[in-house]
Amino acid sequence: MQLFGLFKTPQNELEKGGRSPAAQTDIPLTPTKRCPACGAYIPVSQLWENLGVCSCGHHFRPNARQRIHWLTDPASFSEHDPDLESRDLLDFPGYPKKLKNAFLACREKEAVITGTASIGGHPCALFVMEPGFMMGSMGTVVGEKITRLFEFALEKQLPVVGFTVSGGARMQEGTLSLMQMAKVSGAVKRHSDAGLLYITVLTDPTTGGVTASFAMEGDILLAEPGAMIGFAGARVIEQTTNKKLPDGFQRAEFLLEHGFVDLIVPRTRQRETLSLLLDAHERPVK
Amino acid sequence: MGIAYEKVQAARMKGRPTSLSYIQQIFTDFIELHGDRRFADDPAVAGGIAWLRGAPVTVIGIEKGASTKEHIRRNFGAPSPEGYRKALRLMKQAEKFQRPVICFVDTAGAHCGVGAEERGQGLAIAENLMEMMTLRTPILSVFIGEGGSGGALALAVADRVLMLENAVYSVISPEGCASILWKDPKKVREAADCLNMTADDMRRLGIADSIVTETGRDLPAIAQELELALSRELECLCALPVSLLLEQRYARFRGFGRLE
Repeated sequence: MQLFGLFKTPQNELEKGGRSPAAQTDIPLTPTKRCPACGAYIPVSQLWENLGVCSCGHHFRPNARQRIHWLTDPASFSEHDPDLESRDLLDFPGYPKKLKNAFLACREKEAVITGTASIGGHPCALFVMEPGFMMGSMGTVVGEKITRLFEFALEKQLPVVGFTVSGGARMQEGTLSLMQMAKVSGAVKRHSDAGLLYITVLTDPTTGGVTASFAMEGDILLAEPGAMIGFAGARVIEQTTNKKLPDGFQRAEFLLEHGFVDLIVPRTRQRETLSLLLDAHERPVK
Repeated sequence: MGIAYEKVQAARMKGRPTSLSYIQQIFTDFIELHGDRRFADDPAVAGGIAWLRGAPVTVIGIEKGASTKEHIRRNFGAPSPEGYRKALRLMKQAEKFQRPVICFVDTAGAHCGVGAEERGQGLAIAENLMEMMTLRTPILSVFIGEGGSGGALALAVADRVLMLENAVYSVISPEGCASILWKDPKKVREAADCLNMTADDMRRLGIADSIVTETGRDLPAIAQELELALSRELECLCALPVSLLLEQRYARFRGFGRLE
């Protein structure tokens, strides 16, 4: 028996033992999520069964593991460098705590997961960024893991598929974060010069230094519907220009219209689309 | 405390020599070449052909402009996508004709605006990073003032990076850092310290190779040392076979944050 608070007068319904939930029949008993786009309550189990896409078309933001699970052939994913962790290279105040909290928030050690997998039977190197880890910000470990993946893919003559979600370069690692943009770009270029395929899937949000480097460097750029994709943040632009931004500014559809992505692919079609694209570029085994 | 922010203020100081003033001082017969051949000519980036000790080189500089009128015309040295594309066009030209490339960096950052986004600011920078990494001719970058984030890096994927004593190089402005991290734009001094953005910091981190003293020197004296430093670096780099040059450039950037 819980003794703590035994002689305390109940302050509310909950402390009295709560009301029976069965009395209110209009609230569903299963956990639900409210769609920010259409306002509907969707049972969580149903939502994830539909890959986190509401019937109105709104794409919820999944974590990286979830994406890998949906995308890759069962048991085909093999992770690279799972133990690489960021260090506080510049003694930046509060950074160690931020890293710890980020780990607690998403149970990942860094903002990107890399490895090899097959999609519809087609082998590829894969990176998926993790929004729960400091909003997918790019520091030295993110740069290192993705660089290693491209170097591995070059050696093994594999195509690379990458899912981006990022607030940009990680300021707690200062200019070293910035250098990752060049470092990854160098590895992408070598992979590309060897005639190998790189497909990026831009998801909400992809901004800053990630947009200005490997997110835009794919041979084929796919985007999720409604994803915010840009270099400068919309708020910053609004503040500096003092002008209201056009509707749909920096959304995937806006980029498509301006010629900066190849195709918008709903999450429910991504597996199929990627599989076809990988198939089209498959090389005979030497 | 606060030394870093003093450097930031010095780097932004009104009247500080801009890229074109260094270009005029260091090189002879600068011929400016305009336009990106895609959309427009961006006055925030100036580039062309010039002679360094009798040898032709391609020079490209982010130009803030010397007067108020020029500041506005040149968008305060914040390049648009067409500025980066012009720079890349000139670099490709340099590669074709086997001229070294010398870039002068002085920008608070790439331009933030609706038009810049519509014309692919992110892509323009990304393409420069990729192409510079394998450009088959030596690249030198000189930071003469502000080095603002990706907008600066797009002209700084180089074999050697030189910095003036009061130049800075940062992933974000101290103002931006302070308002994002501490929701307090007044904490710029702390932010500047934390960001490790001075020339000394860059040298310690291996991002810059050498620092040119400014204290007690006027523009011609600084330019003279730069001329000497640039020609010395080029002499070494031009002697390397291109494959080795590219291998070293890749290794240089590959080494930042390498973990074992």
